[in-house]
Amino acid sequence: MTILLEKFRPLEEKRAALVACSGEDPFHVIVERVVSATESVVNGRQVIMVGTNNYLGLTFDPDCVAAACKAIREEGTGTTGSRMANGSYAAHVALENELAAFFNCPAAIVFSTGYMANLGVLSTLTGAGDVILMDADCHASIYDGTRLGAAQVIRFRHNNTADLEKRLQRLGEQSSRTLVVVEGIYSMLGDCAPLREIVDIKRRYGASLLVDEAHSLGVLGEHGRGLAEEAEVEDEVDFITGTFSKSLGSIGGFCVSRLPELEHMRYAMRPYTFTASSSPSLIASTRQALQILSHGVELRTKLWDNATRLHQGLTEMGFDLGAEISPVIAVKLPVSTQEDPTLLWGELLSQGVYVNLVLPPAAPGGSPMLRCSLSAAHSPEQIDVVLEAFATVSAKLQLEHQT
Amino acid sequence: MQSKEQILDQLYELIQPYSEQSIVLSEQTRIMDDVGLDSMKVMELVMQIEDHFDVSVPLNILPDVTTIGEFAIHLETLLKGS
Repeated sequence: MTILLEKFRPLEEKRAALVACSGEDPFHVIVERVVSATESVVNGRQVIMVGTNNYLGLTFDPDCVAAACKAIREEGTGTTGSRMANGSYAAHVALENELAAFFNCPAAIVFSTGYMANLGVLSTLTGAGDVILMDADCHASIYDGTRLGAAQVIRFRHNNTADLEKRLQRLGEQSSRTLVVVEGIYSMLGDCAPLREIVDIKRRYGASLLVDEAHSLGVLGEHGRGLAEEAEVEDEVDFITGTFSKSLGSIGGFCVSRLPELEHMRYAMRPYTFTASSSPSLIASTRQALQILSHGVELRTKLWDNATRLHQGLTEMGFDLGAEISPVIAVKLPVSTQEDPTLLWGELLSQGVYVNLVLPPAAPGGSPMLRCSLSAAHSPEQIDVVLEAFATVSAKLQLEHQT
Repeated sequence: MQSKEQILDQLYELIQPYSEQSIVLSEQTRIMDDVGLDSMKVMELVMQIEDHFDVSVPLNILPDVTTIGEFAIHLETLLKGS
């Protein structure tokens, strides 16, 4: 083996230990067959997927599938290059116009993934002499975007507005050259940013604000525009980034802004310029899904009903969850438990339920988590099966029932 | 203005609780390899240091910091600038 690969040996040893313990590899799950938006065959078993972020369940929507098939037949399987070099397809531009209209914004830019949207915007919007002040629990794409750029990077404690203000105050005159970065719904714990307070603080210090609505698009707000809409502060949010890979059921990312000058930044962003543009089928299904999302009151109601059902059931079993009901429900395992989190995760899988296993250091707060994400496509009966599976975990952990 | 020695003494106090083996800290102590902090704990420590010294410590300095002594040199510069 080359010496270059030697440094990954400890990581591989940890992974091997996890597999030896549960007989399953929680980070190398093979989905052998996709049955529907909520069920797949994993390791030979048909399981209910409760870890897909498929919030509106649109991955099998007949209109989205038809739009994608039509686009492939008419425009081919890929664009084979970047928009700058190969040109934009009319559909790329149409999607940008539709996103701008949906968010009531003058400018929108589409990226090939949500990760690249954050990478592009955070690395380029701020530069030398500017500051990024980010919530400590922000997604890896935000961290990586800051590393690609030249701005100073400072973190504030998760959802702690006093801590944010203290750090802005400390920056003095630099606060007006500061981009505050938060998320609508945080992907691991499922909690929301206290956006009204954050907007108030950023306004007082003259800072700019970016909200990543990856997990809140289609989930929050009357029209599904996310936390900024729900908190009624859309006019005060300068930049919104997001992804097509959750509620819109495809792949891609975007940035919209109330500032038309966002357009000036398009070709300055390397993660936009130097990568192949989204394939016609992805753009087509995303456009269709955006139409459904914008009229998706019924889907959102179903999603929240499912989230409430699961949250209530798990709370009654005595699990430690986030305080708020959310389509992301993090089941925190007691740090003191003797039960191996990987075994508990394997137990759920053997009972036909797939959730995400989150281990420290990825788990905020240091306690291992079994992370669930709900879908509008889940049926109440499926939620009950999930609850039955969790009951066995509850028994193993000897949690005290709250009813 | 705080001297490097004064900064070091305060850093030892802030970092000591992170050392599970309670090792004796010095300028040469490596924060990750010797004290045993992972990357997440290092960032937590940075926020504590910011609050203790009332100074902004950009994460950008972290790639250049291996030992406590190196951290102290960066802090000295940051405190002079603030």
